[in-house]
Amino acid sequence: MTSSFPEEVLEHVLSFLTSQTDRNAVSLVCKTWYETDRWCRNRIFVGNCYAVNPRILIRRFPDVKSIELKGKPHFADFNLVPEGWGGYVYPWVVELARAYPSLEEIRLKRMVVTDESLEMVAKSFNNFKVLVLSSCEGFSTDGLAAIAANCRNLRVLDLRECEVEDLSGHWLSHFPDSFTSLESLNMACLVSEVSFSALERLVARSPNLKTLKLNRTVPLEKLSTLLKRAPQLVDFGTGAYSAEFRPDVYSSLAGVFSACKNLKSLSGFWDVTPAYLPVINNVCSQLTSLNLSYATTQSPDLTKIVSQCCNLQRLVVLDYIEDTGLNTVSLSCKDLRELVVFPSDPFIGDVDVQLTEHGLVAVSEGCSKLHSILYFCRQMSNSALIQISKNCPNLTCFRLCIIEPRAPDYQTLEPLDTGFGSIVQNCQHLTRLSMSGLLTDRVFEYIGTYAKNLDMLSIAFAGDSDLGLHYVLSGCDRLRKLEIRDCPFGDKALLANASKLERMRSLWMSSCLVSFGACKLLGRKMPGLNVEVIDERENVNSIPEYAPVEKVYIYRTVSGQRFDAPDFVRIMGKDKDAVYNLS
Amino acid sequence: MSKMNMEDGLNLTLGLPGRDESDCFKNNKRSQPETNDESSGTTENKEADMETAPATKSQVVGWPPVRNYRRNIVQKESGMYVKVSMDGAPYLRKIDLKVYKGYPDLLKALENMFKLTIGVYSERDGYKGSDFAPAYEDKDGDLMLVGDVPWEMFIVSCKRMRIMKGSEAKGLGYNV
Repeated sequence: MTSSFPEEVLEHVLSFLTSQTDRNAVSLVCKTWYETDRWCRNRIFVGNCYAVNPRILIRRFPDVKSIELKGKPHFADFNLVPEGWGGYVYPWVVELARAYPSLEEIRLKRMVVTDESLEMVAKSFNNFKVLVLSSCEGFSTDGLAAIAANCRNLRVLDLRECEVEDLSGHWLSHFPDSFTSLESLNMACLVSEVSFSALERLVARSPNLKTLKLNRTVPLEKLSTLLKRAPQLVDFGTGAYSAEFRPDVYSSLAGVFSACKNLKSLSGFWDVTPAYLPVINNVCSQLTSLNLSYATTQSPDLTKIVSQCCNLQRLVVLDYIEDTGLNTVSLSCKDLRELVVFPSDPFIGDVDVQLTEHGLVAVSEGCSKLHSILYFCRQMSNSALIQISKNCPNLTCFRLCIIEPRAPDYQTLEPLDTGFGSIVQNCQHLTRLSMSGLLTDRVFEYIGTYAKNLDMLSIAFAGDSDLGLHYVLSGCDRLRKLEIRDCPFGDKALLANASKLERMRSLWMSSCLVSFGACKLLGRKMPGLNVEVIDERENVNSIPEYAPVEKVYIYRTVSGQRFDAPDFVRIMGKDKDAVYNLS
Repeated sequence: MSKMNMEDGLNLTLGLPGRDESDCFKNNKRSQPETNDESSGTTENKEADMETAPATKSQVVGWPPVRNYRRNIVQKESGMYVKVSMDGAPYLRKIDLKVYKGYPDLLKALENMFKLTIGVYSERDGYKGSDFAPAYEDKDGDLMLVGDVPWEMFIVSCKRMRIMKGSEAKGLGYNV
């Protein structure tokens, strides 16, 4: 079918499609649409940096303004991916600098970013605006200084939970006096003290500053000085929120908070002195997002705050809030969409904190808009899970971590199969699920049968046999990310579902029963997959083919095998000298 | 699909790679509840596991799935570590007073650690009859005999300990 549609019209129409999924679908319609999309797509998302390479990207998309790259697998967050595995951004930055001098935005997640890379970013893109680094590592504050000094049009510098070699706070002083475009600054993960006067001057000359997240070293007493300079803030993260109580400090702080009429989100609150919490009382009703997960104070203090947050949509808090606090949430926060409860003491078996499944059930009952849950607790029951599934049929993300591995239903001592089964049956829009507790192959049968929209699944210490894995791989049509640890899943299910792996982004299996032989076979038979065996044992070369590997990470790629892997990573089944060109 | 059988001699076990079968039961992997004998069987398992649970929990890498920077949020009072010197010994030891339930417990630990006998405390005579007497430096910097104040008071006021030779304690009416 020849298109009589002028290309400019098509291009204009496509410009309204911003989601990657839509753009990808569009590009598959016909050659003309593919061509139009590639010429005008300027926001690129690469979910796995090894699935493609810069050369392929640049050849397809000639004009890119914004790029997002993800590196290490998710389980790297929990120290399961050894240091040196990969995910280096430098080779990308080199190519991007050459191909896209007008690149404006770089967003990276779980990548190794060096100071060299940051310096290159700072010097190569003269209209650079947005740098977001999530869970990245490998750089120091020197790299940040380069960004501060050279990016004249920078709007966003957002360091989310990065591991930064913090040499000094001096980097902040590298923002020139002429620099006034800052809209968002998140330095919460940094450790060193920055010059307060430099920070104050920066805030004072940034009229568009909407997000400011301080690090722990900014003391409570100085907060009013800063907030006075930025009453337009929408998202504010305090530093350490502790000081000896002084009425003058208190009233000054309460006053500046009251003046922040646009404030919608609060975070920080490290080492909180409860007496200072009520300064935010006047803004509570404005808040849509509240992160108290560093506020190590008892339930009554936390409850008093949340009880006033009638417009809250997102709450992140420690288990110190207890069931009683969550009950208050269920009564007061009727617009709640997302609940996250972290454990205060993850490694202690017995704690005094009264946070159980009852808190979660209460919130599910009272907050009809709840769609995303991340909950750490020490006991769970099938009946609670069933109740939650019935109260929240619109759940999209359900992550439950019962701290003790393989913990059964604490009332009946049965597995939690029926509880999670109920979740996947009743919550038809569920796209992300993390399970814990005692689970047999049965729960995977439920998941394979009902979780048709599931996109990401995390499994630990669960299942009885390969059948469990087979149910998931063969049943979950939309599954793209699967991560498994310490489950008795092995070769049979993996090899039987090999073709499924090409329709997924990635599969992680560690401390399971997948053998070297199976990995080699899979790597050889499936040229579109990289089968990475990650094994740090000294005697790994003498381990027999039928023995299980420590870890295997399988992902689809059009880039062929990678050559930046350390010696404990083996790309199985690929001829080392052959270069696959599947693009 | 019918249940797959592992009958092709793949000797796969549930333990970590490289271990033999007997290790399976040593690591803290909970065995599944028996379908026939649920109540008593599982309770026993649960109890047996509970005894070893706290120690093994911290050994499982990456579990619970909490990121590194969230692991030390709660500024716990770290243990009450105090240095212990012994007259004549080349280097000091360090002990955590929080670990002991009371004076007898502490003294026994010191006896084990330094391979000596301390003997019995009495209010009147101190540690009469032993070659060594445990002393401590309190908040005011004074050298005190261990045992004179209630245990709770002792553990908060003790800054460091010193095991003195009996001959050093002359001024206290101590007779060897």
